[in-house]
Amino acid sequence: MADIKEVGYNTKIEGEVIVTRADAVLNWFRKNSIWPMPMGLACCAIELMAASCSRFDIARFGSEVMRFSPRQADLMIVAGTVTYKMALAVKRIYDQMPEPKWVIAMGACASTGGMYRSYAVLQGVDNIIPVDVYVAGCPPRPEALLDALMKLQNKVATEPTLATLKKAG
Amino acid sequence: MEENISALIAEFGETISDPRVFRGETSLEIRDAACLPAVCGFLKQKLGFQFLVDISSLDHWGEDLRFTVVYEVRNMDSGENIRLRVSFTEECGEIPSVTQVWPAANWHEREIFDMMGIRFSGHPDLRRILMWEGYPYFPLRKDFPLSGKSTEMPDVAFTRQAPQEGGPFVTAPTEKSSVHREPRAKTFEA
Repeated sequence: MADIKEVGYNTKIEGEVIVTRADAVLNWFRKNSIWPMPMGLACCAIELMAASCSRFDIARFGSEVMRFSPRQADLMIVAGTVTYKMALAVKRIYDQMPEPKWVIAMGACASTGGMYRSYAVLQGVDNIIPVDVYVAGCPPRPEALLDALMKLQNKVATEPTLATLKKAG
Repeated sequence: MEENISALIAEFGETISDPRVFRGETSLEIRDAACLPAVCGFLKQKLGFQFLVDISSLDHWGEDLRFTVVYEVRNMDSGENIRLRVSFTEECGEIPSVTQVWPAANWHEREIFDMMGIRFSGHPDLRRILMWEGYPYFPLRKDFPLSGKSTEMPDVAFTRQAPQEGGPFVTAPTEKSSVHREPRAKTFEA
């Protein structure tokens, strides 16, 4: 976010007190520990693995904790071709994730069906679940996935978290 | 190879066509599908073709003998290959399974059943292998559109027709330049 200016915190002047909005601090917690559910379905999953290894190091963004149980995950990274045979399984896993939850459609296949204009492949995972960020590429490079993660973090930072929590009761 | 062919023809006579040899590969046509297990058993037991490399199937849509199933077998000791072809009509739609001869045929035949709708009598477990149980079509048949058809099976799977955006894109067989040869849109007519 270009309009948020980082201001240095000086204990001599401010004392031991920081004043902020509850939304800002809740979103700050959330956006820096987005735990992904790696929905690796095809070759994009290889780039996803590379993104989590030392060269690209997704841990720099607080998302190194790949959760293979949807119940512990915040973000589903749909990495690869979603076939019709797999589609309802993907939807079911998404439904098992607790709120708040986000989705990255990684690569051409997950976004639109990619080169598979055929009887067997779902034409974009957004036909069954809501997608927050689409990543172009076949497969996208790990940097592209990290860029998508940063975009998602920016999105999380602007969400009205407190109002949503109050509405949910 | 010669003695294998003559042994087969001596055993089965008119059922086996004369061999067609192309670039060192020998193909035999089996005229009567009912003889298939006997021919395959003879190939394996007597001639040592113990390895079933692959089974594939063809759809000659519009012709009388619509389907052809092709068996590639190999003698691992001598390194010889033989290709068996058997053609049959759509009304027949069924040929004997060779799983009793080569157990490896099990999944090959299931795949052909799934994609082409050819049934194999005597197969121990003829279920779909790629698509789900209850999917109503056979997607690799020539009269099935590339973009698929809409289906609905609650709680199992669904399919939708894919947008083609001017496709499917095919390569035109021609001697002309790549401008004429390269993939271009071709409207599908069912």
